[in-house]
Amino acid sequence: MIRAFANPHRFMALSRWLAPACLAVGALLMVWSAWQGLWVVPQDDYQGGDIMRAMFIHVPSAWLAMASYMGLAATSLIWFVWRHELADMAAKSIAPLGAAYTALCLATGSIWGKPTWGTWWLWDDARMMSVLVMFFLFLGYMALRAAMETRQKAARAGAILAMVGAVNVPLIKFSVDIWSSIHQDASVLRLDGPAMPPVYLTPLLIGGLAHMIFFAGLTMMLMRAEVWGRRGDVLIARKLSGS
Amino acid sequence: MAENAAMMHEFLIKAAGLGAIRGERVLFSDLSLEVKAGEALVLRGANGAGKSTLLRMLGGLSRPDAGAVERPVRHHWIGHRNGLKPHETPRAHLTHWGRVWGSNANAREIAGQMGIERPFDVAGRLLSAGQKRRTAIARLLLADRPLWLLDEPFSALDTQGKALVTALIDKHRASGGAVIAALHGEAPFEATGEVQL
Amino acid sequence: MRSPSPLRAAFRQALGEAWAGGAGVLLPIGFFAGAAMLVPFTVGSEASQLSSIGTGILWVALALASLVSMERVFQADLEDGVLELWAQEETPLFLVAAAKIIAHWLVSGLPLVLLTPPIGIALQVDPGALVPAMLAYGLGGLAFFLWGGVAGALAASVARGGLLISLLALPLFVPTAIFGALATIEGPGGPSLLFLSATTLFALSIAPFAASAALRLAVD
Repeated sequence: MIRAFANPHRFMALSRWLAPACLAVGALLMVWSAWQGLWVVPQDDYQGGDIMRAMFIHVPSAWLAMASYMGLAATSLIWFVWRHELADMAAKSIAPLGAAYTALCLATGSIWGKPTWGTWWLWDDARMMSVLVMFFLFLGYMALRAAMETRQKAARAGAILAMVGAVNVPLIKFSVDIWSSIHQDASVLRLDGPAMPPVYLTPLLIGGLAHMIFFAGLTMMLMRAEVWGRRGDVLIARKLSGS
Repeated sequence: MAENAAMMHEFLIKAAGLGAIRGERVLFSDLSLEVKAGEALVLRGANGAGKSTLLRMLGGLSRPDAGAVERPVRHHWIGHRNGLKPHETPRAHLTHWGRVWGSNANAREIAGQMGIERPFDVAGRLLSAGQKRRTAIARLLLADRPLWLLDEPFSALDTQGKALVTALIDKHRASGGAVIAALHGEAPFEATGEVQL
Repeated sequence: MRSPSPLRAAFRQALGEAWAGGAGVLLPIGFFAGAAMLVPFTVGSEASQLSSIGTGILWVALALASLVSMERVFQADLEDGVLELWAQEETPLFLVAAAKIIAHWLVSGLPLVLLTPPIGIALQVDPGALVPAMLAYGLGGLAFFLWGGVAGALAASVARGGLLISLLALPLFVPTAIFGALATIEGPGGPSLLFLSATTLFALSIAPFAASAALRLAVD
């Protein structure tokens, strides 16, 4: 399957219909799960009333933050080993999207946290803290690529950093979990703890799926832009060298 | 010694189909060369044409974007920069690399040969450009390696320095070694081949 | 023919470089003490307040001092042309990178450990906890230097890359900071010291390879 995607022309042909399809399907599912989450699912006063509906974006975006970093690491590894240019373009495209989703997760976490627990920032939430670290990992990746002189160097530097980050992520998550379990106030309840009512579960899972499909569509769009950009660069370079 | 290495190998370095891309610019493509014992290859070209890039590929610093390099022997590298740290004296520099390469050579003797026995204990940042260059080139005398890769070896050298280095190159070739040098001006030694970039 | 000793030579050269006539020890000490001393000015000097965050302050100061020390190490080698010499040697570059990082930690990181008891006392930390905590600061500092080295190697070709290096390294510092702080509180008997050692060993096994790949990139 990797070989099928390795060819840029095949990718462009494939993504021409696949990207919009993913965006459409993802958007539809998002609308469904949002409708479920915002209107259909009963209010739970114990969890903070209506505001807790923010978790229908907060929790899927946390999953997506983690998954997209793993995607970044996987595409970086594929590029590092096989040098498929598309893999590098995928990595470059995933980073800003992943960063946006981590930001979304942190923002919705704050919005949920303020009315529920009275603070804009919940330091005790291990998931939020892991996502925060992930945010910096994405930022660092983008900053490093931007600082490199040539496209090839940016790809190599990014790949090294992504792989180093990836092997560190389990360790970071583990250490943050231990840290939060020591500092956590026992009365703080977290919504995806052991007692999540099943009526919430379905919209949540569908929401997660929706965002993932949408994310895939967005990534493909960014990759298409990257391909077009490089074609443009080649044309410019040819013009400059007079051929 | 260089002679033994040269006798064992048909060529000291061979490159086939080398290509270099920087950004979207193609510096060179399908470049092949071969250097045997006693030969001297000169790389010529304007600034930025790719002389240093090619030399770095030959030395193994840069991975070629196309093609491959075969280098069955050990080589000495004198790059654009001297590799001398600001606080490092010629004595420290030659002693250090002597330790790295397991050299028996006497650092002071080599310094004498290269005309840097006076600033032998002067820190790198206080040396003149010519003295720094001589210190770098002195590394060539620390260990016997058949292939020399030199990036503008004569830069910053005065007439005397240039003559010194030319003599070194001639002696090296006479004992079976080979030299690849990226040059700007006329080569003071007889070149057996030339690559124009 | 003397036998070649490239790693020993690299280590010696790095020690000399790190020492830099004494500046390599004094400057990190000054920075460490200064950073730690800044906190009472911002937080207030009330004893109970400080003692609860004192060990944490020491960890943050150690992390920052490590970054500052490792920032220019590989960039300087790149600019001087020394890196390209090492890259063409037969000695594996990851060993050279490890030797350099460890040499810098010995000169610039370890002395900070000796400073933690006096500064800790000034920050109202319980004195009984301080001396056993030195082991934790030692292990943690090594991890900081290792990851700082990786970040410094990745940004070696970037002019004024100090902020970038900090951004790259800080997420990697998190596990060491967490386990280190816990280990300082728990004392030598607790599990966190083991976690801290494991984290540093992990850094020791990954960082040299990552740094070496980054250095080859820088020199290309």
